[in-house]
Amino acid sequence: MTTTNPYTPFLSEIKAVIKHTDIEYTFRMTFSGDAKPGQFFEVSLPKFGEAPISISGIGENTVDLTIRRVGKVTAEIFENYVGDSLFLRGPYGNGFSIDNYIDKEIILIAGGTGLSPVKGITDYFSAHPKKTKGFTLIAGFKSPNDVLFKADFEKWKKNLNVILTVDTPIDGYCGKSGMVTEYIPSIPVKNIDDAIGIVVGPPMMMKCTIDELLKKGFKEANIWISQERKMCCGIGKCGHCKIDDTYICLDGPVFNYTKGKFLKD
Amino acid sequence: MGYQINKTKMNTLFTDLLENYTIYAPKRFVGGGTFADTDCIRYGEISTLEEIEFSEKSDYSFKEVLLPISETLFYFTEAVMKESDPPLKEAIVFLRSCDLHSLNRLDTIYLKNGPVDPYYKRLRDHTHFILMGCENTFENCFCVSMGTNQSTNYDAYIKVTAEEVLIDSHWNLLDQALANAQPFTVVPDSVSINNISVEIPESIPQSVFDSTLWDDYTARCIACGRCTFVCPTCTCFTMQDLFYSDNGKAGERRRVWASCQVDGYTDVAGGHAFRENKGQRMRFKVMHKISDYKKRFDNQMCTGCGRCDDICPEYISFSNCINKVNALVKEENR
Repeated sequence: MTTTNPYTPFLSEIKAVIKHTDIEYTFRMTFSGDAKPGQFFEVSLPKFGEAPISISGIGENTVDLTIRRVGKVTAEIFENYVGDSLFLRGPYGNGFSIDNYIDKEIILIAGGTGLSPVKGITDYFSAHPKKTKGFTLIAGFKSPNDVLFKADFEKWKKNLNVILTVDTPIDGYCGKSGMVTEYIPSIPVKNIDDAIGIVVGPPMMMKCTIDELLKKGFKEANIWISQERKMCCGIGKCGHCKIDDTYICLDGPVFNYTKGKFLKD
Repeated sequence: MGYQINKTKMNTLFTDLLENYTIYAPKRFVGGGTFADTDCIRYGEISTLEEIEFSEKSDYSFKEVLLPISETLFYFTEAVMKESDPPLKEAIVFLRSCDLHSLNRLDTIYLKNGPVDPYYKRLRDHTHFILMGCENTFENCFCVSMGTNQSTNYDAYIKVTAEEVLIDSHWNLLDQALANAQPFTVVPDSVSINNISVEIPESIPQSVFDSTLWDDYTARCIACGRCTFVCPTCTCFTMQDLFYSDNGKAGERRRVWASCQVDGYTDVAGGHAFRENKGQRMRFKVMHKISDYKKRFDNQMCTGCGRCDDICPEYISFSNCINKVNALVKEENR
């Protein structure tokens, strides 16, 4: 083929596997190019299929991909990963630009696996706490058994304001419970006109969370969201992720709310 | 250059062309229609003039020549991943003006929206387009409203009369082959009036998205997706991997046609779907064809061929829907 083939994946070695829950593992993959939080790879196992997975961590020559065992491809990955490799193509999408958040107060609200695309932002401000005027992470999970990145939470707690909450507590759980939205009103914000809100999660959680931020006085232009959609190509062809005149894979998945609020499925 | 030749000479020319080209044209498949004793007119390979169906509109468009219904991208054998080979021969496609305009929509998605798609490009770069004229409008056509009733960017125009074949060639290869033929002035037939016309609103307010207009389609549409499969401008696909049942170590990655009207189109892993309701799917499709595409690429996506209306088993009319949206927008703006 004369044109380079953007569908050709490359082989990436699995360097480590971090098990969060029975169905959610982080795969640390070799990758040496540029990558930003919120971008995604098409991850594949030849003969089984491809799936879009967001980057949940960026290391030296590695990217973390947190994969939930929910579909055909991911089930196969979980069965056959040992000592092996996966095929990747990407990274795709715009990702979050950390520069937009530097020297600001930030409230980052994530629901469930929605924490993956914003974990890189949390990692950054945990490593550079002086670059923010206050960073609060509110992370919600269904139950204590669904909590991801437990070791990271311990690390983040040291220099960030971290609220970890579950919808449904179980016996023996002594952490916070309730919806993420319940915790937003009490977060102190000094300069609401300049404060940043970042929201990623299931559609209904995002809608309620954004309503709560707006109620608190956040400016629409200071709210950032990331959208999850079915994507077969990642390069503007397959059509599955299109909303209005926007292709989530090319123009997103990260949107400023001033644009994101007009995206109607 | 324009030429007039007889049918025997034309068929000899086809025979010569077949050495290096596969010729695709609308063909009549007798008894192949949806209902008993009806025919289907769709694209297939031809080798003679007589096989081409000039008198009726094809049920399916030419797009499957450039976007095969199922197209293998890679073959997998143990650790080896191999790109599929392109066809050995170039292609010639007979199509009408609306479809030639549709080609521009396919080009936009596959060559301009994001990186160039190499599988599309390798077919596109080796395909020649022969225009078939329209003396009269067919049922459900609204090409005049969409400005697609005339075309000039063809490689050749061919019209068959009772005795003769008229050709207007923009293609050196044909000019050389027809060097001894009688020069003749040939102007492509095109319609200037359809039975159906549509008026598309300049901009569509958000309120139309939430209108009860779409509820009608929720009740009627059966989500079969035929409207999108016959559409010459629908381009969506789903990636599909498979392994061979008699040897699981070998398999392939394909892309297959997908439809925003069919269940599963928006399903994300874990089970969430974004447009469960068929009225929302109709709204999504209509907005894409008459508004969203234009916002992104500056021309309308729909080319007015009317095949969606021809094929719908529930008699849903796309052109009627456009006019309903227009009436609603006018009402809102009053």
